[in-house]
Amino acid sequence: MNTKRLRLNPTLIALLLAVVLFIIGGLVHPGFANYFLAINILRLASFLGIVAAGQTLVIISGGEGIDLSVGSVITLGAILVYQISNGNNAMVLPALIIALAVGAAIGAINGLGITLLRIPPLVMTLGMAGVVQGLILVVTQGKLTGSTAPIMVSLISNPLVFAIPGVVLVWLILGAAMWALLERTPYGKRLFAVGVNRTTAKLSGVRVPAVLVVTYALSGILAALGGFVLLGYTQRVFLNLGSDYTLTSVAAVVVGGTILAGGQGSYFGTMAGSLVLTILTSLITTLLLPESIREIVFGAMLLLLLSFYGRQRRLRN
Amino acid sequence: MIKTASVNTTQLRRVVLRQSYLFPLLLLVIAVAINYALEPNFFQPAALSDNLQSFLPLMLLAAGQAIVIIGGGVDLSLGAIVSLVTVVMVHTMGSNPGVSQTAFAIALGFISGILAGALNGFCVAILRFQPIVTTFATSYVFSGLALLVMPSAGGSVPADLMNVYLSNPLGIPLTIWVIVIILLLWNLLRSTRFSRYLFAVGGQSMSAYVTGVPVSLIRFSTYVLAGLLAALSGFVLVLSTGTGDPLVGAPMTLESIVAVVLGGTRLSGGQGGITGAFIGVIILSLILNIIFFANVPSWWQTLVNGLIVLLALTGPGVVAFIRGRLSPATERLPFVRKVRS
Repeated sequence: MNTKRLRLNPTLIALLLAVVLFIIGGLVHPGFANYFLAINILRLASFLGIVAAGQTLVIISGGEGIDLSVGSVITLGAILVYQISNGNNAMVLPALIIALAVGAAIGAINGLGITLLRIPPLVMTLGMAGVVQGLILVVTQGKLTGSTAPIMVSLISNPLVFAIPGVVLVWLILGAAMWALLERTPYGKRLFAVGVNRTTAKLSGVRVPAVLVVTYALSGILAALGGFVLLGYTQRVFLNLGSDYTLTSVAAVVVGGTILAGGQGSYFGTMAGSLVLTILTSLITTLLLPESIREIVFGAMLLLLLSFYGRQRRLRN
Repeated sequence: MIKTASVNTTQLRRVVLRQSYLFPLLLLVIAVAINYALEPNFFQPAALSDNLQSFLPLMLLAAGQAIVIIGGGVDLSLGAIVSLVTVVMVHTMGSNPGVSQTAFAIALGFISGILAGALNGFCVAILRFQPIVTTFATSYVFSGLALLVMPSAGGSVPADLMNVYLSNPLGIPLTIWVIVIILLLWNLLRSTRFSRYLFAVGGQSMSAYVTGVPVSLIRFSTYVLAGLLAALSGFVLVLSTGTGDPLVGAPMTLESIVAVVLGGTRLSGGQGGITGAFIGVIILSLILNIIFFANVPSWWQTLVNGLIVLLALTGPGVVAFIRGRLSPATERLPFVRKVRS
């Protein structure tokens, strides 16, 4: 009963916050709270939400789990799709598969380094981010040639049904899939077990290294998918396309109530967290404040959010 | 209670004595050797001092990062603090400042660095926010403030002040003085109660708390010290570039973490030191030098650099892994040995 409530609360708080922020936006800036802007916020939130799905898994896996390579994997994924598909509708699917495979490989290497070599996740993924940045330069040789296939634009960012773009539907499906993955599959059970306590998980027969490698590989795949959908929105690539998403995805997970110590959390929380951060950013943007004030307000608001439930336990307890 | 205390001090002594600089030193020797092979005048005083001058800002920042990491935290806002300090100093100086105005500007820069560190420390140690997300949030606050003070790089610094940085008191470059003084201070600190508390808090905050260590206060002070060192790093940047730049520190944050880890300090806390952090920065910078002098095709440079850094970061893990495979199976109980409470 008690644990149930703990798990539910942060998601609800975050959702409530999202609604409150949205209403404040409507009050402060008439025209903020209309249907199309709401849809646009959902679209922007879904990019963050898709990337943060992988981050959620990694953070639940515990052991100071964090994936700082997602930003560069997003960029690499987008660039691969951009160059391979080169505006050709028929090549989109193969390009997507290649991008996802590369993301999976990068994530799996992260996982192997973390489990076999026992490198701390922050160090391993940070080092990997540098390598992926290098890969991006080698792949592009500084020339960002290619183009976005029209089918991507129409399926991802243009209105599909009820003016809702495809990426939002993708996000909703991902939300359902993540719930099923975490709550209804053996992998999900093992992931939480590993996150709570690796020794007990190992002693009860969980293959901890396998779970971790799969988790980091999934994070790589989801980051590459994030790059794919982001490309459908921006329609062009640049060398730091994904870099803003690295730590923002961690923030979205934390705002959603998943605890950085691992073993606890939900993707619904992360979805709400992504919404909160995106609405916050949109709100600050519509206020037409200078860049400096925008950054200060964003940082201060994030600190305020952390004060609600980002706090660690007292040592006394 | 008493038993825990005595076990804890012996454990503590072991942790303090087990300063594993071996791997970083090995890396350093290799990097220096390759550098020397590619750049024969590497050991000439002018070249050495040039190199150290360009390494110093990151060395100071890594020293601050090391202290925070030893205390069991991490600070993602240090780069933003550096930016903030440079613009505060340069903006306050204005054009053609007098001596008192210059001194005031420098003092104001240091105060803003310390206050920034205090804000981090307050949020992490007193309010118990998670360090990673907290310092990520405050990094926005600090870089926003930096942009508010000076929207773009610029300003000027009196030539006399810039000459200070290039001066050679007693025939030895100022850079070396700074490095030596900081290492001396660090070693002095190591014999104080503060340092024992610091390593205890980072290693086992629970036992430290139980044995009466003021955990929150120690954590708070690590962030303040890091803010101070970030301010010093910003000051050095102002002296060497003569400008304030609201974006200059951004790429330095993650570099400082990589340098600290390269220097043999573990992210889990309770172990490591500033000496290692300095070695880490020198290794990182020498790797870049080597790639530059080895004529690596330009589009491959970042990848080669990334791979070498990753290899260096994973090196100790690879060694341990191979050793684990070669040793008898009874010694191979990875997760049992690794348990942290």
